[in-house]
Amino acid sequence: MVMMRLSKTQRIYSSRSSGESSLSGLIRNLNIDIPLLVSLLLICGFGLFVLYSAAGESSELLINQAIRMGVALIVMLIVAQLPPDFLRRSTPWAYFGGLVLLVLVLTMGDIGQGARRWLNIGIRFQPSEAMKLAVPMMMAWYLHDRDIPPKLGHITVIAVLIAVPTYLIAKQPDLGTSILIAASGVIVIILAGMSFKVIFGLGALSIPGAFLLWSFMQDYQKQRVLTLFNPDSDPLGAGYNIIQSKIAIGSGGLFGKGWTNGSQAQLEFLPERHTDFIFAVLGEEFGLLGVIGLLALYMFVIGRGLYIAVQAHDTYSRLLAGSISLTFLVYVFVNTAMVTGLVPVVGVPLPLVSFGGTSMVTLMAGFGILMSIHSYRKLLPH
Amino acid sequence: MNLLSPIKDHRKERHLFIGRALLASGILFILLGLVIVRLVQLQVFDHELFAVKSQGNRVRIQAVPPIRGLVFDRNGVVIAENLPAYQLELIPEQVSDVSDTLTRLAALGLIASADIPRFEAQSGSGQRFKPVTLRLRMTDEEIASFAIQRPRFPGVNFQPRLVRHYPHDELFAHAVGYVGALNTSDLQRLDPARYAGSSHTGKTGVESSFEDDLHGNAGFRHLIANARGRQIPANTTELLDSLPMDETPDPGSNIYLSLDIELQRVAFDALEGRRGSIVALDPTTGEILALVSAPSFDPNLFAVGMSTAQYDELQNNLDRPLFNRAVRGTYPPGSTIKPMLSLAALETGATNLTRKTVCIGYFQLEGNEHRYRDWKPQGHGPVDLHDAIAQSCDVYFYEISGDLGIDNMHEYLTRFGLGSQTGVDVLGERTGLVPSKEWKRNNFRDHDNKRWYDGETVIASIGQGFMLATPLQLASAVGTLALRGSRFRPHMVAAIEDPLSREKTLVEPVWLGNVGIGNELYWDNVLEAMHNVMQGPQGTARAVGFGAPYEMAGKSGTAQIVSIAQDAEYNEDEIEERQRDHALFISFAPYDDPRIAVAVIVENGSSGSNIAAPIAKAVMDKYLKYGDDAPE
Repeated sequence: MVMMRLSKTQRIYSSRSSGESSLSGLIRNLNIDIPLLVSLLLICGFGLFVLYSAAGESSELLINQAIRMGVALIVMLIVAQLPPDFLRRSTPWAYFGGLVLLVLVLTMGDIGQGARRWLNIGIRFQPSEAMKLAVPMMMAWYLHDRDIPPKLGHITVIAVLIAVPTYLIAKQPDLGTSILIAASGVIVIILAGMSFKVIFGLGALSIPGAFLLWSFMQDYQKQRVLTLFNPDSDPLGAGYNIIQSKIAIGSGGLFGKGWTNGSQAQLEFLPERHTDFIFAVLGEEFGLLGVIGLLALYMFVIGRGLYIAVQAHDTYSRLLAGSISLTFLVYVFVNTAMVTGLVPVVGVPLPLVSFGGTSMVTLMAGFGILMSIHSYRKLLPH
Repeated sequence: MNLLSPIKDHRKERHLFIGRALLASGILFILLGLVIVRLVQLQVFDHELFAVKSQGNRVRIQAVPPIRGLVFDRNGVVIAENLPAYQLELIPEQVSDVSDTLTRLAALGLIASADIPRFEAQSGSGQRFKPVTLRLRMTDEEIASFAIQRPRFPGVNFQPRLVRHYPHDELFAHAVGYVGALNTSDLQRLDPARYAGSSHTGKTGVESSFEDDLHGNAGFRHLIANARGRQIPANTTELLDSLPMDETPDPGSNIYLSLDIELQRVAFDALEGRRGSIVALDPTTGEILALVSAPSFDPNLFAVGMSTAQYDELQNNLDRPLFNRAVRGTYPPGSTIKPMLSLAALETGATNLTRKTVCIGYFQLEGNEHRYRDWKPQGHGPVDLHDAIAQSCDVYFYEISGDLGIDNMHEYLTRFGLGSQTGVDVLGERTGLVPSKEWKRNNFRDHDNKRWYDGETVIASIGQGFMLATPLQLASAVGTLALRGSRFRPHMVAAIEDPLSREKTLVEPVWLGNVGIGNELYWDNVLEAMHNVMQGPQGTARAVGFGAPYEMAGKSGTAQIVSIAQDAEYNEDEIEERQRDHALFISFAPYDDPRIAVAVIVENGSSGSNIAAPIAKAVMDKYLKYGDDAPE
């Protein structure tokens, strides 16, 4: 099924390069960015391939994930049709609506896995996922008609706009998402040209901030940080994930043990192998080459996103596209660094590969925004 | 748009953005570069280390139990073997309602209701994928009936395995013993490496005393296991290729017994419906030819496991079928010690071959009114030593007991092997007891009881009082009489066979020395008297030996187990069956060239000559090919 879709896409792509046709015209009318779409589909396809093995060759799980991918792709296509100006105008609604939902989550959300993250209004979803897009949109909206680089007063307002959702999400608790959301907001102000003095000043502030964060952390989060530095201290408890994931990746070697042959993954030594730790399965079964292959695809997506950002026609689009692209990079970094034991386990999935629906939809919606921005770039002179 | 805002310089803004985007992505790419460096470190430089750790994670060592050695009789007839049997297993994780499933199995009669709580406890503890054994061996009918019902019992399966099987059921239960499931104390005692994977061990008899030879050594198989220890069928060559070599188990040695199944059967049948024991041995080697303790039990019950109710029934049975009377039953030897005491008395000068006593039916110690009664109330009249043995005159031995003394009795009976273990190759043998003055001093607390009384010597002279002996000791002792003092250690295992090379190592007879009575005249006289017991005109068992086609010798014994009040009439019928005297008989044959020595004890059999002697003769007939096997 996946392969079929890939080959179809390649046909579409090649037909476009061979000459003008009605199909390529349709693609342009649908605001589809072919390089981005192709690289995303490659990642999704590769992801399904790894997931099938990681989930113990469960086709049920595979179909489930493929359906989610399909839904996410449709969402991407829909978002791609929305003009950037429309997005910009609706940004405050999205942001403040999202804040209201976050407050609702904390007061009446569903509890799962020791955290209150879900809201059940007919459908069950995580408002924090929506905030992954709403926060950078809000930053871009705020800076859109203000001076670039921003003044200190504006930065203070921005800091508050970032801090409130970050705090609400960390409170759920969902450390991984709150870090990603804070990062997406911070990336906007860095891209907006905030002076380095302020950046370093805030960097210096981050040290007491880290202590403040520590005091807010739940015990299990503190434990994760502590075991990061010495996973062997608790080999069967908190350190188990990291030890097993390092064994999986390390034993994969250069070329890997082969698809569905990873003993760490197949024999269930590796926890969370089809969700947060799927990167370890990849490392075990496809080796360093497979890992670098996937990272290269990610790089291409990020590079394409930054290219779109540079081409964007206004401040809002530019900042938003840049933030979406670089947040995606943060995503990839946090997950891979976590699985390889470089940073604490914070529960960030490997984008587009880990099993799970909500984050997939958010990511694809983000890429839809990139496509929309790219399609509307020529409406204004450069 | 806000018209008041200054016109934005998009070109400048874009340049600033590009600069910042390059900077930010540069920082992030450097961070990602760190991840790649980390990956190279893990996957290239530390690959070997993690490969080993990964291997250690997934490879489990599973022990393969060895095949237990077989047991044969002296003719090569199989006495203990290993049969494939189907056992009923329940895999807890595959059963949604364990309690309901067990109840329904009990309703089908496959398990006992009483055992349900035990199985439920087993299902609840331990790894959920490990099967709980419900039945060790199912009958063909049970397999058939369960097979039909099987869809109603998901998670309940039958599995083939080797089960110890004793094809002759009760026949060798006490000689060969049985294997039983390993228990906690077994596991502490046994070498865990050898018993890895084993479920059973020898508990009694030869199965226990030759456990070391029979068991063999466990082998090892390497398996792929997942994080929870569950075995994974290795369906890909990649997972199997790197496994270490397996080690095949060493099978246990086969054992050839000196027992003869046909003789054993004759002895077993002779005790049918009685309590007692028979031990027959070859006096010239010490090889045990038959060893029976009755009643017996089916050792297969232990090998395959039985219900609590079945075990309780065996355990609480008044006839004590589990009790090995042959080596653990201790009985007053009664008159069977008279030949040995005669030799002791001759050797020490307490009597001589011509001394005569007039037996008036009782004996009194000087200055004491107590009458020590003879078994024959009217008395035997004038008797010499020969007559005293042949007719089993008690008064003669009462009279010489004072001259012989308890310590001489102790000395000579001990030389015949009474009062100490025979050293037979079966565990758990009892020593019995031959009293002495020293023994009494050491074993009684009260001052008066520490003293040895003359009256105690009197009753010791007819094998009563404190004296106790096992059937095996008596068989060994009569063998020693037959060989005129030469003793061989009794043993049941004749040879041990290497299961692979089929090479047999014979067990050599062990000579234990001589009882040290050198005068052949004494032996001639005593053995002649024993001959006359069975085939003389006045022998107590002459009815048994009469007309036999071969010459034999023996001595009866009747061991009083309830003291009878002075002057009370002895009326058998009034005495509860279980309080009747024990009947004993020791014998050997052929008289001139002894090849078999037999000791028989029939509990509450009343009369050694009438009850025990015919049994001894039947065993000797069989062994010497007379009786039913007699050539026409």
